[in-house]
Amino acid sequence: MATKLLKRPKLTFGEKIYLPTIAKGLIITLGHAVRTFLQINAKKPKFTMEYPEEKWDAQLPDYYRGAPALVTDENGRERCVSCQLCEFICPPRAITITPGELPKDDAFAKVEKAPREFKIDMIRCIYCGMCEEVCPEQAIFLRKDYAITGTSRAEMVHDKTRLYEIGGIRTGLVNKWNDLK
Amino acid sequence: MDWLSFTLITTLIKIVGLCFVAILGLVSYTVYAERRVSAIIQDRVGPNRVGLPLTLLGFKKDVSFLGLFQPLADGIKFILKEDFTPAHVKKFYFWLAPALCLVPALLTCAVLPFGSSITIPWNGSERTIPLVIANLNVGPLFVFAIASLGVYGIVLAGWSSNSKYPFFGSVRSTSQMISYEISLGLSLVPVLLVMGELNLVTISQQQSEHGWNLLPYSLRDGFDLDRWLLLIPLGLAFVTFVIAMFAETNRLPFDLPECETELVGGYHTEYSSMKFALFFMGEYAAMIVGSGITVTLFLGGWSLPLGLDNYLPKGTVWVGLLHTAVFFSKLIAFLIFFIWVRWTLPRFRYDQLMRLGWIWMFEICLANVLLTAGILWYIS
Repeated sequence: MATKLLKRPKLTFGEKIYLPTIAKGLIITLGHAVRTFLQINAKKPKFTMEYPEEKWDAQLPDYYRGAPALVTDENGRERCVSCQLCEFICPPRAITITPGELPKDDAFAKVEKAPREFKIDMIRCIYCGMCEEVCPEQAIFLRKDYAITGTSRAEMVHDKTRLYEIGGIRTGLVNKWNDLK
Repeated sequence: MDWLSFTLITTLIKIVGLCFVAILGLVSYTVYAERRVSAIIQDRVGPNRVGLPLTLLGFKKDVSFLGLFQPLADGIKFILKEDFTPAHVKKFYFWLAPALCLVPALLTCAVLPFGSSITIPWNGSERTIPLVIANLNVGPLFVFAIASLGVYGIVLAGWSSNSKYPFFGSVRSTSQMISYEISLGLSLVPVLLVMGELNLVTISQQQSEHGWNLLPYSLRDGFDLDRWLLLIPLGLAFVTFVIAMFAETNRLPFDLPECETELVGGYHTEYSSMKFALFFMGEYAAMIVGSGITVTLFLGGWSLPLGLDNYLPKGTVWVGLLHTAVFFSKLIAFLIFFIWVRWTLPRFRYDQLMRLGWIWMFEICLANVLLTAGILWYIS
């Protein structure tokens, strides 16, 4: 059988009576305390970033999953065609889409649709990024905004204008027929 | 005004000043110190924000004062939180327990001499006010008698909560406190043997004249070999007393009654809001009074080191205030030592705790009593 015999370390007398090791531990913590105290006094704590004044934003990676937002293409057209796949996939059901037609005079009125209203409830959103993954039009992206606050529930629901405001413009082809996608 | 009303008034001032201003103030700022010291030990910054919210009044910046208003914010939070009493508890005892936890801790400070004495002119005659609430001849015994009552608060809290985890927590706490009370009492016997005195005021007075128990040297008396010989048992008594004190106040490394991983919150799991805060305050008040006793018995109480008090005028207001300041600075230094130890040591396992208490501490304290008696017999 796989029996493993543990070898207990041989303790010296000083370790057995415990008090000298306590003193050693106290000296170590005192060292930490003094070092950090000096750092705080010099206004430069080594490990702490004091949040509202200092932010980690510049170091956020490209794959950071912040608030989801809608984007327009380089011609200012909405990319979303209100296919409602994201609404369907969204695990906490944060997305509510009201599909609608494009205006009659639009050149693409016969080709595509656009959402009449697109709402994301940021209280429900879990920032999983499934909407981005499922979108065939590459219209919805998770941006780097993370400080989403509001004083009421209504304020926490992002509507279409707000979503486009966060999202901005994204250039490049929609590779919906691309095999790689 | 006659003597009786003068005594009554000064005693009332001392009670209010020591219990409600000094001890409760120290409690709140010990919590703050606990958070800041733990932070710097762990390379963090700690709470440094709470201050005057001047931006609410239209100013540009808040003034934070290093977060010194944090205890105030904590207090407001505790008062405003929902005071929830679960349906399954035994109501009367559930309400009684937090008070029983805090009151003994505050009562014991009655015998602590927090300064020498102040003489002030009153109605044409000089009157001396001793800076102690009650000048009892049974100081340490009174402290032990009252402080042991604190265990009832914990027992009742655990039992009346009528739920498993608090019950286990309180059972643990009870056995721990009762086990260590023995070593606590026994470790003091050498000091009482050496001083030949149970009155804490006289003990402080003697130490101020002849040097502290742990620093037995005064400029007036000079070097005395006998007293340095007595330092061996007294030092041992100090170590055992401090260890037992840590166990009595449920501080780390002996904080087994509150154990998140095994017992949820320990005996105060079912408590919320100000009732929880009372347990918290009781724990810290016990810690402060314990430090006060240790300082009085071993570190000279309110006295300056090396018998410097012999050269100061006795009884003047300024000297009295200086002695009070000395007492509280020693107390605060000891409290910081409490905090420092808490954030250094891991806790004991329960069997290790009992083993240490019954097999080591108890025997060492007993042997120490014999050792002290032997040395005293040899000296005389």
